[in-house]
Amino acid sequence: MDSIVYLVFRNMRQPLLTLLMVYTVAVLGMVLIPGQDASGNPWHMDFFHAFYFVSFMATTIGFGEIPHEFTDAQRMWVLISLYATVIAWIYALGTLLALVKADSFQMALTTNRFSRRVRKISEPFYLLAGYGAVGSELCRDLTDRHQHVVVVDKDPETISALTLHNLRADVPAFIGNAAEPDTLVRAGLKHPMCSGVVGLTSSNLVNLKIALASKLLNPTKQVICRADSATIEANMESFGTDYVVDPFETFSTHLSMALQAPGLYLLRQWLSSLSHAPLTEPVYPPKHGKWILCGFGRFGKAVYEILVDEGIEVTVIEATPEKTGSPHTDTVTGRGTEAETLGQADIENSVGIIAGTDNDVDNLSIIMTAKEINSDLFVILRQNKRSNQSIVDAINADIVMHPSHIIASRIRMLLVTPMLHHFMDLARKEDDNWACELVSRMIAISSDRVPDVWELSVDCNEAEAVCKAIESGTPVTVGDLASSPSEREEQLPMIALLIESEGEFILLPDADRELKTWDRILWASSPAVRNRIDWTLQNPVVLEYILTGEVQPRSPVLRFFNGKKKIPAGLN
Amino acid sequence: MNSEKVIFSFFIVLSLTLNFGFILGDMENPAHHPVYELFAVIVVNLIATILKFGDRTQMGAVLLSTSLVAVLQLIVAAVIWTVVVHGMNQPLTSGVMVSIVSLSAGAFLANIISVVLLLIETVIMRR
Repeated sequence: MDSIVYLVFRNMRQPLLTLLMVYTVAVLGMVLIPGQDASGNPWHMDFFHAFYFVSFMATTIGFGEIPHEFTDAQRMWVLISLYATVIAWIYALGTLLALVKADSFQMALTTNRFSRRVRKISEPFYLLAGYGAVGSELCRDLTDRHQHVVVVDKDPETISALTLHNLRADVPAFIGNAAEPDTLVRAGLKHPMCSGVVGLTSSNLVNLKIALASKLLNPTKQVICRADSATIEANMESFGTDYVVDPFETFSTHLSMALQAPGLYLLRQWLSSLSHAPLTEPVYPPKHGKWILCGFGRFGKAVYEILVDEGIEVTVIEATPEKTGSPHTDTVTGRGTEAETLGQADIENSVGIIAGTDNDVDNLSIIMTAKEINSDLFVILRQNKRSNQSIVDAINADIVMHPSHIIASRIRMLLVTPMLHHFMDLARKEDDNWACELVSRMIAISSDRVPDVWELSVDCNEAEAVCKAIESGTPVTVGDLASSPSEREEQLPMIALLIESEGEFILLPDADRELKTWDRILWASSPAVRNRIDWTLQNPVVLEYILTGEVQPRSPVLRFFNGKKKIPAGLN
Repeated sequence: MNSEKVIFSFFIVLSLTLNFGFILGDMENPAHHPVYELFAVIVVNLIATILKFGDRTQMGAVLLSTSLVAVLQLIVAAVIWTVVVHGMNQPLTSGVMVSIVSLSAGAFLANIISVVLLLIETVIMRR
């Protein structure tokens, strides 16, 4: 606000002075020049009338010559001052309008409006720095899940694109350099409702600065940052950044999961995808036989390590091995887009190909050429640009690695369902049969769409009835929550994936496990179930029905005739 | 020599001297307080105020506020004058004149503060 007032005053000083001077001269002239009244006596206008006359003359309203008709001398003076005052007014208004239209003024206005909107936020929100491919995807996911987001990006075009994205919630956005701590503070870094900062700009260095500023200015807040290089990652972790997401490392973990435990990989795919997405087919990357890896950059190196760890023989094709370095095994120099290079890499006898260069056209071309030679290849494709989605879909690769997509889904998991993160950690320790069994259970509850994954906290807010019953000593089990409120013998299509009880995590809790207050449960369910379970959670009568199979009358009279059966403690 | 400083000091001091000239004389006697002087005081005070618009220094802000006080007092005095003479069609009685002059005397005090501040600034910033 301050800067706006300052700007207006500073620029209006000259015009206002001019206006004041012109008015003064005009009024003074009207007072000094002698006139005549109706009967011809000499008469002098006083200041009051002179100011009155000049006021309407200057604005060209013109009520006429009052209180008496003017003499010629007065008329001459009026003529001069009329033009002078009109010009002074035009000058003043013109300056004011130019000021309002000026970029600096508009900028000050926008900044002001943004600060005010951020200050007014009364619910927890995430501060998202960088609205690129990942940022926009994450922003959509979060707003779809009713989370509040504040966006900062230095590119005006991406910010104006945000308004066209039809997000479900109102997202305050600001054009500013996230590397400057002031910008972050303005975007709510110190706001009491800020629940976390996500640094997703395309520059590693800026992300590092964001992490640093957030940890220094607001140490209690969660900080998640993207890092594309190991040194930056180590640097961020050194001062306590909560999560550092490296797309290439994340993908190589996924790939090793796909190689070791395809069921678990599928489970992970399903649980971490957006709700209502169609179920994907399982993939089985061949573990025996030769693989070809095109491109030995950051992505190629990460994947190479995984494959070698699995004991798989890999041939690398790299256009500039002197720049990227090459592994100890065979390296073919070339781009991999020509049949000849692929032939040198023994494509006929290979089982899989990974197109991992940083150019989408090259990657697609590699795969099309390779498939012509050997149509049985298992294909892993790295997609770099989101705009190429349709041609990437058309090529039908077995696994598509899209860095922005990977980062977005991982950060979404961390922010929206942090328990899912724990679940995946625990699930990795189980064997593949366990995962396959869970996958088939999931197909049973959700037909052709991925199940909704959500967390439930057993507290007075989210589950009042259950909470009261537990506190009064009536046991409620996980299975009770999953019973249908309309027919208790029926089970709702939902699976309890994980329960957190007094700091302890239990994977796939049994149906007869008793709940405690403040337990947190991670559910996978078909989308409609979430609303139905609220009946059990909040309504004591429904909960009584589910626990006992019947509902006792609440009124004392009916209870007298009914034989005074007891209502379970905490449910009356 | 800073021309902005010269202009500003000129108007600040001029508003003080004109103001002094207006209140000088028998408080109750309208003949001692010409309307032209009041007009001049108001205009010069307005100029001094506008000159301080958009000045972000601490001294600028304080000078702006003292000028605003003076302008406010003088305008109230002018309004009383106008209302009595033109609004109610009454002659300027000694009671009305006293209130007009005492309001201007308040403005005079504010103008003194402005000048003192200006002097302090000049002494501190001696170059």
